[in-house]
Amino acid sequence: MGFFSQIVNGLGLGSIYALIALGYSMVYGIVQLINFAHGDIIMVGAYVVYVILVIMNLPIWLAVLGSIIFCGIAGVLIQRIAYQRLLNHDAPRISLLITAIGVSIFLQNLFQLLFGSDAKSMPKMFSFNSLKFGTLEITSSTTLNIVVSILMMAGLQLMVSKMKIGKAMRATSEDAGAAKLMGINPNTTIAFTFGVGSALASVGAILYCNTYPQIKPIMGGLLGLKAFVAAVLGGIGSIPGAMLGGYLLGVSESLTNAYISSSLTDAVVFGILIIVLIVKPTGLLGKNVREKV
Amino acid sequence: MIGLSKKKKISYALNLIIVLAVYAILSFSIKQGSINSYYSDLLNMVCINVILAVSLNLVTGLLGQLVLGHAGFMLVGAYASALFTLNVKMPLVYSFPISLVIGGLAATLFGFIIGVPALRLKGDYLAIITLGFGEIIRVVANNLTITNGAKGLYGIDSLNTRYNPTGMFTYVFFIAVFAIFLSFTFGTSRHGRAVISIREDEIAAEASGINTTYYKLLAFILAAFIAGIAGGLYAHQIGIIDPAKFDFNRSVEILVMVVLGGMGSITGSVISASVLTVLPEALRGFSDYRMLLYSIVLICVMLFRPTGLLGRSEFSLINMIYKIKEKINKPNKKKPVKKEG
Repeated sequence: MGFFSQIVNGLGLGSIYALIALGYSMVYGIVQLINFAHGDIIMVGAYVVYVILVIMNLPIWLAVLGSIIFCGIAGVLIQRIAYQRLLNHDAPRISLLITAIGVSIFLQNLFQLLFGSDAKSMPKMFSFNSLKFGTLEITSSTTLNIVVSILMMAGLQLMVSKMKIGKAMRATSEDAGAAKLMGINPNTTIAFTFGVGSALASVGAILYCNTYPQIKPIMGGLLGLKAFVAAVLGGIGSIPGAMLGGYLLGVSESLTNAYISSSLTDAVVFGILIIVLIVKPTGLLGKNVREKV
Repeated sequence: MIGLSKKKKISYALNLIIVLAVYAILSFSIKQGSINSYYSDLLNMVCINVILAVSLNLVTGLLGQLVLGHAGFMLVGAYASALFTLNVKMPLVYSFPISLVIGGLAATLFGFIIGVPALRLKGDYLAIITLGFGEIIRVVANNLTITNGAKGLYGIDSLNTRYNPTGMFTYVFFIAVFAIFLSFTFGTSRHGRAVISIREDEIAAEASGINTTYYKLLAFILAAFIAGIAGGLYAHQIGIIDPAKFDFNRSVEILVMVVLGGMGSITGSVISASVLTVLPEALRGFSDYRMLLYSIVLICVMLFRPTGLLGRSEFSLINMIYKIKEKINKPNKKKPVKKEG
């Protein structure tokens, strides 16, 4: 495979990272929480598709819709049950982090109990002819990944900048106290953010299953971690940043696979992260916050 | 022991006596066989986890910085010490303590290399960069020939033999005691107070003339050193090590011990490390549900006690005895309860 097809493959993989990274980024932007349970939402989304598509044998559009709605609701529920109390009581941020880790362990083990710990294979979901530009061939899954991720990002950007709830989200992330005084309910806004982030994660999960047709209860761990790296890379809290980080990560991963060694991929990914953090701690597109005494 | 107050002298003596008594009782019952090898192994793991939790508490509790790559230091210590005892032709009785020091020093070196760039960052970014370093250490260990790749090292001898079933226990117990002692004295020393002042307000600390970079690095390196020793103990206790044993989840496990016990409280770290090591074993009867139960306990404790079980308070035997004495002397007067904090 040529250099360009590696890049395109990387972009396809990066789109999935980007979609998941958006969820991390939004949640971090609004409550400054590294939501470690986000990776496991991906796993939940994938299993919902599996249940609807394979076990219940229903059509694919129902599976996609069901998975997105289920994950959205799950995201809101997790926020309500596990985080809201801590957020309202101004608990130390590290307690929130530990709760998120607790939720992550809970989800992994719950699904292990329900479906067993072995990997389940998924049927091919979407397939159409691959695109050809001269010698460059782009597979259907890569095309789908890139197109869907760009659409999602554009939609999200529109929502955050134009819609009322998006403005509420930005206000809450800027200053939760002042937003409250302006009549914005921070709890609803935060819950909505979790819901949207989780729904995006489920879209990422669907694309992931379409690209790599295998799911297991612990799949969310490393996938989530890498998506999180993507979010930090681009500048956490910024939507275009999350996309940029995702694409960058996907491309560097695919190039490492092709030209260095597939077993060193993770080291390269985290190496890039460390270099970016040292040179520009707020990420590539992050805003610099000056500290005042 | 010159210059110590009378109360402190009594406290040191009392604690020493209790530590020795506990050791005597436990090692006697292991030798007798009333604690079988399963439970003595569990006891050793408790001690190793206590060492790890106490070491992370130096950074997370005293310095107030979140570290998500502590298992990386443990890995370095474990591999360094295991490679030493595997390759040196010396009786294990002599090579083991040397290997522990080597493990600790190797981890210190890594702590320095990682700490210098990482400690420029704060809060979540520091957590992420340590996570990155921890993962890189693991992936590299997975690919080197000296570490034997993903297969790891095996055949690492334990000090325990048929004739000496307490060989490992003596080491892990006294090193755990030493780690606890070190953190207590460090926390109350001049250096420790400087570290605590950085936790409270870094800018104010810097303005008061504290070299924040130096003290941050000091706490970080000290934690890495102790974690390296714990890694060496772990390698010789388990006998087989591979990089997957020191992944992100392991770092999280140690962090959970520290936070659950109460950040900054050494007593809390000790208690929660012990409970969290024993709990999964005790729940083996529920096998399938035990991790589910563990996560629910974790979430509930955090929801209803966000500062951890003990907050920042410490347990001190001598203070308790003094309190009881006072109560006996003046049973009518109620002393105001001392607020924690």
